[in-house]
Amino acid sequence: MDRELLFITVIGQDRKGIVARISGLLYEANVNIEDISQGIMEGYFVMTMAVDMRDANRDLEALSAALGALGDDMGMRIQIQHQNVFKMMHRI
Amino acid sequence: MKFDVEELFETANMTLHQNLDIRTTTLGVNLKDCIDSDFAAFQDKVYRKINGYARSLIAQARPLEVKYGIPIVNKRISITPVSLIMETHATPEKYLAMAQTLDRAARDAGIDFIGGFGALVQGGLTRSDAVLIEALPAVLAGTERVCAFLNVGSTHAGLNLDAVNLIGPMLLETAAATPDAIGCAKFVVFVNAPEDNPFMAGAYHGIGEPDVTLNVGISGPGVVRSVVEKHRDCDLTQLSEVIKRTVFKITRAGELIGRELARDLGVPFGIVDISLASTTAAGDSVANVVEAFGIEHIGAHGSTLAIALLMDAVKKGGAMASGNVGGLSGTFIPVSEDAGMIDAVLKGALSLDKLEALTAVCSVGLDMFAIPGDTPAETIAAIIADELAIGIINDKTTAVRVIPAPGRQAGDLVSFGGLLGVAPVMRVNPFSARDFLRRGGRLPSTVMSMRN
Repeated sequence: MDRELLFITVIGQDRKGIVARISGLLYEANVNIEDISQGIMEGYFVMTMAVDMRDANRDLEALSAALGALGDDMGMRIQIQHQNVFKMMHRI
Repeated sequence: MKFDVEELFETANMTLHQNLDIRTTTLGVNLKDCIDSDFAAFQDKVYRKINGYARSLIAQARPLEVKYGIPIVNKRISITPVSLIMETHATPEKYLAMAQTLDRAARDAGIDFIGGFGALVQGGLTRSDAVLIEALPAVLAGTERVCAFLNVGSTHAGLNLDAVNLIGPMLLETAAATPDAIGCAKFVVFVNAPEDNPFMAGAYHGIGEPDVTLNVGISGPGVVRSVVEKHRDCDLTQLSEVIKRTVFKITRAGELIGRELARDLGVPFGIVDISLASTTAAGDSVANVVEAFGIEHIGAHGSTLAIALLMDAVKKGGAMASGNVGGLSGTFIPVSEDAGMIDAVLKGALSLDKLEALTAVCSVGLDMFAIPGDTPAETIAAIIADELAIGIINDKTTAVRVIPAPGRQAGDLVSFGGLLGVAPVMRVNPFSARDFLRRGGRLPSTVMSMRN
């Protein structure tokens, strides 16, 4: 089965436990983390993760809702989006 | 494929903080194959075809919203101009019955608006067209989701002033028959109406279109405002360039989602229309984009240049991004649906005359503005005729969606609720063009049309 690559973007104020809590959620969902980057953009702490959902044990809608709820709990915004949208917007 | 944090942040931030959305996915549906001499059978075929496609549209849109994290705000249907399919059933009673069938089909499927209850009368009226116009007040009052339109002119045909003269009384009757004249918000009069327009209230499925086609309207005034605010000191050439680049990106997102949705529905993809279309949500205002250029309030001198720059940059960005850009791509400047426009009217910065000037360089026309309810029918027709003349002479689409608000005077507010917003009642010139409009007839096709 081919890789099913999506990107998670976390935006907010830096704090302890962000990576731990998100990676814990992804581990439970059997989603593999392929890459993690972070930086400061326009005054926000931004962390991005490339994840492969090919072996996920829940669908994207459920994972997206769980990440959204986790973001609310941490006071951050978390977005998960299929890689195709980034290819279309940022590569010609 | 690798993306850097900046690219991922830019895209995520557009939806999380800048209100980027797919404003509408509109499925154009041909109804000519539903025509039947048995009117009940005709209604049944129309109901089934619309309801079936509408349900599929809603079901297929949701997974794509989740996949790409971009909301698809509206799912709508546009249909063959109804006067064409009603030729052999052209009575006001049957027109109303057909409108109610369309309303029920949309409601039962969960579609908020269905467009195309209208006619193409640029060259003159058929009997069916005339009956449709006669039936419109009852249709707009007796249905909730049906949107109506008339195309009364084109650069090639000229302007059908006889048809325009019918619209003033029709709108006053509609205003009186619906609470806060809301029926008028569901009617648009055009010249040079594009056949692939996905935006309500003027969407219809053109007669040159295939059986079914999916058209997408993508918006994003908040995204453009944000990029303009980051470039406060650049000159106009550079400003155009940064807008163009941003619009390129959001159009590509719209094209991606439109094509996947069309594929999932098993229908051809039509166009992506990149129009900066405001909503009343904070920050989702085209007026605010113009203000970020450095203009105190939209309507101030300089605003026409600003809208011209914005329009051109949006069109260029869209044209580079997609081979299927729709006919309306550009910028809408409705009054009631844009918090910045409302504010400009209330502060006295934006008059009806300046709004008309802005529409000479924006993509559509005078949209969602209220005027005093005692405005004479011939003055309403004259407002419409002026706006449409701009479109005919400049070979572009122009349109009018005007709300004569009963019992209201200039300076009052009319609230429509939801997407339609709040309209400050605008002052109308008190002098009359009655004798000019009474001449009737047709503005001849212009010298602009003699290209062959």
